[in-house]
Amino acid sequence: MQPFTLVTGSAAPLLASNIDTDVIMPKQFLKGIDRKGLDRGLFFDLRFLESGEPNPQFILNQPAWNDAAFLVVGPNFGCGSSREHAVWGLKQVGIRALIGTSFAGIFYDNCQRNGVLAIQVSEAQLRQIAAVISNAQTAKINVNLPEQIIELADGAVIHFEIDQLRKQSLLLGLDAIGTTLQRAEEIRSFESRYLAENPWL
Amino acid sequence: MNNPRTLYQKHIDSHTVCALDDQGHVLLYIDRQVANEYTSPQAFSGLREAGRQVWRPSATLAVVDHVNPTAPIRIATMPDAGGARQVSYFQENCRDFGIELFDILDKRQGIEHVVAPEQGFILPGMVVAAGDSHTTTYGALGAFGFGIGTSEIEHLLASQTLVYKRLKSMRVSVNGSLGAGVTSKDIIMALIEKIGASGATGYAIEFAGPAINDLSVEARMTICNMAVEAGARGAFMAPDDKVFAYLRSKPRAPQNEMWEQAVARWRGLHSDEGALFDSEVTLDVGALEPMVTWGTSPDQVAPVGSHVPDPATQPDLILRQGMQRALDYMGLEPGMPLCDVMISHAFIGSCTNARIEDLRDVARVVRGKRVAAHVRAMIVPGSTLVRNQAEEEGLAQIFLDAGFEWRQSGCSMCLAMNDDVLAPGDRCASSTNRNFEGRQGAGARTHLMSPAMVAAAAITGHLTDVRSFALEA
Repeated sequence: MQPFTLVTGSAAPLLASNIDTDVIMPKQFLKGIDRKGLDRGLFFDLRFLESGEPNPQFILNQPAWNDAAFLVVGPNFGCGSSREHAVWGLKQVGIRALIGTSFAGIFYDNCQRNGVLAIQVSEAQLRQIAAVISNAQTAKINVNLPEQIIELADGAVIHFEIDQLRKQSLLLGLDAIGTTLQRAEEIRSFESRYLAENPWL
Repeated sequence: MNNPRTLYQKHIDSHTVCALDDQGHVLLYIDRQVANEYTSPQAFSGLREAGRQVWRPSATLAVVDHVNPTAPIRIATMPDAGGARQVSYFQENCRDFGIELFDILDKRQGIEHVVAPEQGFILPGMVVAAGDSHTTTYGALGAFGFGIGTSEIEHLLASQTLVYKRLKSMRVSVNGSLGAGVTSKDIIMALIEKIGASGATGYAIEFAGPAINDLSVEARMTICNMAVEAGARGAFMAPDDKVFAYLRSKPRAPQNEMWEQAVARWRGLHSDEGALFDSEVTLDVGALEPMVTWGTSPDQVAPVGSHVPDPATQPDLILRQGMQRALDYMGLEPGMPLCDVMISHAFIGSCTNARIEDLRDVARVVRGKRVAAHVRAMIVPGSTLVRNQAEEEGLAQIFLDAGFEWRQSGCSMCLAMNDDVLAPGDRCASSTNRNFEGRQGAGARTHLMSPAMVAAAAITGHLTDVRSFALEA
């Protein structure tokens, strides 16, 4: 997994509440057996007109944000279906981190597993960030994970919290399965005791 | 003396292999997994690439449900190349890794969350994870179920564990007794209306109270299933005699002495007196009316007798803009009576509401009546066993006589991954769980409601209070 340390790029505002994973990655892009081609499906119904042309109204089709590395999002982003395809698609268009007040649980875990940093900030902080990055001239920000700060183009610095376990794993780009399997003996001994205590399992 | 613990704490404590830090992260042992053809392929590919084995193949049950057609005559081949590739790779993975598969022609095939309980694959006290958000359904059996993404499926297949952070706990006490024509679907929709689509984000919900005790096990499944639409990562209920009676006859339930031993243990699965919850919510359902959604988020819901709300009355800017956007998408005007909303489709199906009791509810409404001429009405049973039972009970004939399509089992038009897709502008009364934009088809409009309410709307051709129908016992 690609480690996340210090990333600079433009941040696109997508501030509606409850943007669900059906909207992030519609059903017609879920029929693969690999992760390929999901950049095309990302926000498909918002990004493209019926004619197939890019919708000029959509934020990621506008010059200041079409190479965005960050999304600044409304509450409960990523709700609904567990489809990890939504996060794979975000990654494939170059999104490295999301900044919002709340994320749906499964989506939040899916981000973590793919090295996409989901940053939780307060409502006031979100308003502050959104106001600056919504202006094409000041859309660029720095996200510094080691220092746990977001630096805005107007010079403001916003500190954010993150679990140390998540932080370490993102910084190092750890393989979660490999790390867990180092505890295989512990799992095995737990399992034999647990199954002996619950013999109907 | 130990501190009193919640049911959730008991489940997590009994499944903790080890703590990973002092911030609530644990390595959590998972009893069971249910796998489907669309969220699992990349997980199996990951195992293959790393040369890893499945830790405990018997802990996983695989079911084809998301991409298969539901046409009345069942065939083994998928009509589209993508679906065919997913099913064929699923078969290959199950064969190579020794996982049991209910394939498309298996008489036990169906929607994973309908199939697993009906097989007795899920038991009280278990912790269950699966690559589908509606894994919360198993909470009705006193199992703690939650949805995971594909990377976590791979982690689980490889280690039988997940790196897990303890959730906060919320108790939802449901008081009062439901009136005729009001169902458990209306309870969960009322809760989502009350706390919002992210009201339980970060929480595990325990449902309790007399109104929950009164419900059948299947009706409770509907509540736990849709709790995820309020953001709950898991939702469950203490198992009681109804749960034990439900499980007794299931094919994979423990037998004889083992059954007695298991039930004795399961009786201890409840929150201790005095256990503290991080949040308490109370819902009184004595005066509850049947609910319908009017918007594009499950919390945009109102009693059927009310009107389309006016965004101008919403003081919060983001909520107001959300309401306006929803009304534009749904093609509705503020102030319009919900009962005046005409529909083009009626869909009864999904892991939320396609069990035998749901179909009996529908039959009580539609017996001897006809679907409105302008409505296409479909019934997609939750499993092939449910389908067969409905045919034996004579329900299928009632549906066919009334003009419903009587189809094979699958997820179908709940998320429209197969060929059951609505066209732009279609408007569907649906017994499913999500009214998101484009969920049932790009540009299509979904109104969520109970199966009986969908049945009533199918007959009249518009949203309708099912209590205006004279229901047979």
